[in-house]
Amino acid sequence: MEFLLEPLTYDFMVRALATTAIAAVVCAVLSCWLVLIGWSLMGDAVSHAVLPGVVLAYIVGAPFALGALVFALIAVTLIGVVRNTSRVKEDAAIGIVFTSLFALGLVLISVTPSQTDLNHIIFGNLLGVSVPDLIQVVVLGVVAFAILILKRRDLTLYAFDPTHAHAIGLSPRRLGALLLGLLALTSVVALQTVGVVLVVAMLIIPGATAYLLTDRFSRMLVIAPVISVVCSVAGIYLSYYLDTASGAMVVLTQGVVFAVVYLFSPRQGLIGTRLAKARRKRLLAAA
Amino acid sequence: MSTPAISVENVTVHYGEVLALDSASLTLEHSRICGLVGMNGSGKSTLFKAIMGMVKPDSGRVLINGEPPMKMRKEAGIGYVPQSEDVDWAFPLSVRDVVMMGRYGHLGFTRRPRKADRDAVEHALERVELSEFADRQIGQLSGGQKKRAFVARGIAQGATMMLLDEPFAGVDKRSEATITRLLRELAEDGATILISTHDLHALPQLCDEAVLLMRKVLMHGSPEVVLQPENLAMAFGLDVMNRG
Repeated sequence: MEFLLEPLTYDFMVRALATTAIAAVVCAVLSCWLVLIGWSLMGDAVSHAVLPGVVLAYIVGAPFALGALVFALIAVTLIGVVRNTSRVKEDAAIGIVFTSLFALGLVLISVTPSQTDLNHIIFGNLLGVSVPDLIQVVVLGVVAFAILILKRRDLTLYAFDPTHAHAIGLSPRRLGALLLGLLALTSVVALQTVGVVLVVAMLIIPGATAYLLTDRFSRMLVIAPVISVVCSVAGIYLSYYLDTASGAMVVLTQGVVFAVVYLFSPRQGLIGTRLAKARRKRLLAAA
Repeated sequence: MSTPAISVENVTVHYGEVLALDSASLTLEHSRICGLVGMNGSGKSTLFKAIMGMVKPDSGRVLINGEPPMKMRKEAGIGYVPQSEDVDWAFPLSVRDVVMMGRYGHLGFTRRPRKADRDAVEHALERVELSEFADRQIGQLSGGQKKRAFVARGIAQGATMMLLDEPFAGVDKRSEATITRLLRELAEDGATILISTHDLHALPQLCDEAVLLMRKVLMHGSPEVVLQPENLAMAFGLDVMNRG
């Protein structure tokens, strides 16, 4: 018990845990759609491409989320333009655009006086989350989460069958834009926790893990955030006691849990399905 | 004379340099089943997209019940059964979930289903004889059952117009008969049905009329006439005549 309670005597640990839990839930919910649409690379791209927006917002004193949304939009537009107007394929277009924008962000950081603050955006600064940071994460997190949950049926329809969505009078284009906007917003939430470089892990691993565990999307939306929160909190405790980088520890824990599910999931797991088969055989032989 | 269900007037569509539809015209009356026959690349999918308003014609126009397609879409009147290749069969949805998506056009902001919607879904499942499979993941159905699930979605939707893309591809004979019977019933209830298909043998039993498409409408008439070997040769090239 003391093992669990001791870190909580420090305010910075409480704030770290609260921030991580919120980011973990929002990222995990969003990840369910991203892995099913095949937008993992897009998640990678947008979460990196928001960096210059965040830095510029810092310089002019605007909200981080605004800068991030603007640059997410720029990134998606540029990717579309490069893909549609040249012979370059989409994955290459994504790679070119997001690394260039990310590099622009790094250059902007290097010429901005208060360097320590901004470097935290890249690797996260979980243990240095201030009260205003926490408030921002709570507000953005709640907004993104609420929109995702209220529009979950439309987003799932968009992911599964955009043509049908169009045929019944919805706009697939608008639903796609909504999802990208929420991706940008969520990236800002997760920046605080694990930093730009590792956000993509939070945006892919929970959804992919849940997908291996169930055949129902509605259950994925519960399993993914639960796994994500448990892993994140466990990761922070581990980093506290092992004295390791907290953001990286959170992601590493998620990766380990994915590996376990990948191997042992009774439905999809590499070893789990074989065990289940062998058990059925034994039962048949006994009967 | 009543307003036709579908009226495609001199529609031309380009994808970049490629001409997909070349001044295609087609009129379809209510309660009719029409088979759309043509090779790959003959513009069948593009014609569907033009009817649904998913591609904007370079010239010409499409009217549904005498109105632009937008109005019919807003009323959720168009049901669509996709090609198997266009569906992610590993998607974690049950058959019931998919059929419920037919109701979304009638539902509010969050698409929360009411009792009437759940009833409509159960009724549609019964009608396509999939009630016992309602809780299966959508990919765990046979080829014919998969098609029926999507037809059920159109029924739950209350679609008065159904567009089916290759509904008989990968479907066994029995399912084909079930789907044929189902579509005939829907047409008797007043639905207008347009089917793109490679399966020429199924056409005479299923369709009231057939259309030969080769970027433009080469021919439109009864299936028996349209399927004459010399007419098929026009649309497919000569080898079809030898294959019978």
